Amino acid sequence: MIRENRLPDRLVTAILYLTALAMSLLCLIPFLHVVSVSLSSRTAVMQMQVNIWPVGLNFDNYRFLTREAQVVQSTAISVGRVLIGVSLNLLITILTAYPLSRDSIRLPGRNLFKVLLLFGMLFHGGLIPTFLSMRYLGLYDNLAVLVMPPALNVFFIILMMNFFRAIPIEMTEAATIDGASHFDILTRIYLPVSLPSLATVALFSAVFHWNSWFDGLLYLRKVIYWPLQTYAYARVVQRQLESRASGGTELNPLFLQQLSPEGLVAAFIVLVALPIMLVYPFLQRYFLQGLTLGAVKG
Amino acid sequence: MANGISFDARPTARRRAGPETVRTRQSFGTIWRQHWQLYAMLLPAAVLLILFRFYPLWGVSLAFIDWEPMKGVLGSAFVGLDVYRRIFSTPDMGLIIRNTVVIAVGKIILVQSAGLAFALIIHQLGWSFFRRISQTLTTLPYFLSWIIVGGIMLQILPTRGVLNMVLREIGLGPVRFLTSPEVFPWTLIWSEVWKNFGFAAVIYLAALVGINPELYEAAAVDGAGRGARLLHVTLPGIAPTIVLMACLNLGNVLEAGFEQVLVLQNPAVYSTGDILDTYVYRAGILSAQYSLATAVGLLKSVVGFVMVCLSYWLADRLANYRVF
Repeated sequence: MIRENRLPDRLVTAILYLTALAMSLLCLIPFLHVVSVSLSSRTAVMQMQVNIWPVGLNFDNYRFLTREAQVVQSTAISVGRVLIGVSLNLLITILTAYPLSRDSIRLPGRNLFKVLLLFGMLFHGGLIPTFLSMRYLGLYDNLAVLVMPPALNVFFIILMMNFFRAIPIEMTEAATIDGASHFDILTRIYLPVSLPSLATVALFSAVFHWNSWFDGLLYLRKVIYWPLQTYAYARVVQRQLESRASGGTELNPLFLQQLSPEGLVAAFIVLVALPIMLVYPFLQRYFLQGLTLGAVKG
Repeated sequence: MANGISFDARPTARRRAGPETVRTRQSFGTIWRQHWQLYAMLLPAAVLLILFRFYPLWGVSLAFIDWEPMKGVLGSAFVGLDVYRRIFSTPDMGLIIRNTVVIAVGKIILVQSAGLAFALIIHQLGWSFFRRISQTLTTLPYFLSWIIVGGIMLQILPTRGVLNMVLREIGLGPVRFLTSPEVFPWTLIWSEVWKNFGFAAVIYLAALVGINPELYEAAAVDGAGRGARLLHVTLPGIAPTIVLMACLNLGNVLEAGFEQVLVLQNPAVYSTGDILDTYVYRAGILSAQYSLATAVGLLKSVVGFVMVCLSYWLADRLANYRVF
């Protein structure tokens, strides 16, 4: 960095800091507001006294939500979806990226496969043909619909291919001479050296699966199957106060009257966002690494 | 080579071929015996590709028939382009296409500009702790779903919400962010900017970091001030990235953001806030007009596909970008 000490330059520096600060606060304040609303008393929320600090601090909204059977059920579905979805995603990504990245081996049909993969990624039949096909495949009202179609993710495959391509060919030559099969090379040589990139793909896959909600809304009629984000659509966007399906909470119904609808919705938003907000500051490097690789290097 | 592994020596291969490259072509039988495992590895992906990407393409035919579920695709009457004639005879369609393009293009321009501006600002700051915190805060919303971000917007933006309360304090009348047809497209665009400008900045920042610092020092020695360095070092340095992002975004001119619009829209703002995707969802899934919804969806798929191909072609020509 070049140091500038003349007054106009220091003024410009100050303005730049202030602008960056303003843009950062602009991202932070809406979260602060929602968190504050979720922690404030009913009267404070109703009288619009809450800005970015809780008024009449209490945890009643959260106590209500965490005892609601459907919230617990949906959280379990979401966690299961992330675990199975990420595993399937990783498996397919690794298996597909390896043959496609071994450019030095002549493999008839590889280019055709790449073209078909790219075409499949870029051209969709559209919402209705996909919806009807899923029904015919028996995936309607079937939890497999949450993890099977997204298992093939061309973005992840391209990311992984680029990582694999950077592995020096010398590393595999000795193993090949010793008679190692491709599965040996993949599991003993490729995977151990690509753990950081696997972590990046796993992270992105986990975020994708945690955040997905439309597939649940589209394909799952039974509310007990809904992942947390799909259930959040009913609660946060359509503003349904209590679960439609699995009968309410263990708490006294009078308890609901002590809560504000706004506060309850705010608490739901915070609850759904919490896992990502908690891990993000610590894993930020991996998140941003994946973004730059995916976007610029392709 | 004793082990019999052949190396591809075509000039198009992007990886350098080893010195011991074998140029003789082997028969497929030999390749299969040595590398059948590679084909086995591709099998699961091939099955998924066929089931979830290619198999649904049969449904495209719904756009050209008068579909009766009992009779199936082959039993239903073929009506050619009748469905499209019907679609374009209503004024709705032109409006929806216009909304889609206006919202999508507005988002691309403002998200990219805000991201570029933020990257340029952050890049000039010397205090690395501040830079890191600032990046954490601005990139976080990108990783949250539209349920969460939309939910936050639905809390803050109503006429009785906290933002309008602040606006009233400083003497600006209540703005109907969610219910006024004039304002709603801007609500969509700016909430997209809020969610994604930090992410856009990450890409530009990566390009800025790649600029050789010696160039800045040389420029400073030659007496170039802050403005001159920005104009003659920074901008030429990130111009390729700007061109690349512009090219790639060309493929997004019909992507107005289905999930966001579905979360934020309401019937009061359909005239300016309804887009192709939400129209297809309502017509197809909610009112079961399959032929109509398929036809509109297909139109979007085809035009979108052409635009994406064009964008990749341009990105390859102008910025040397390859997908595979």
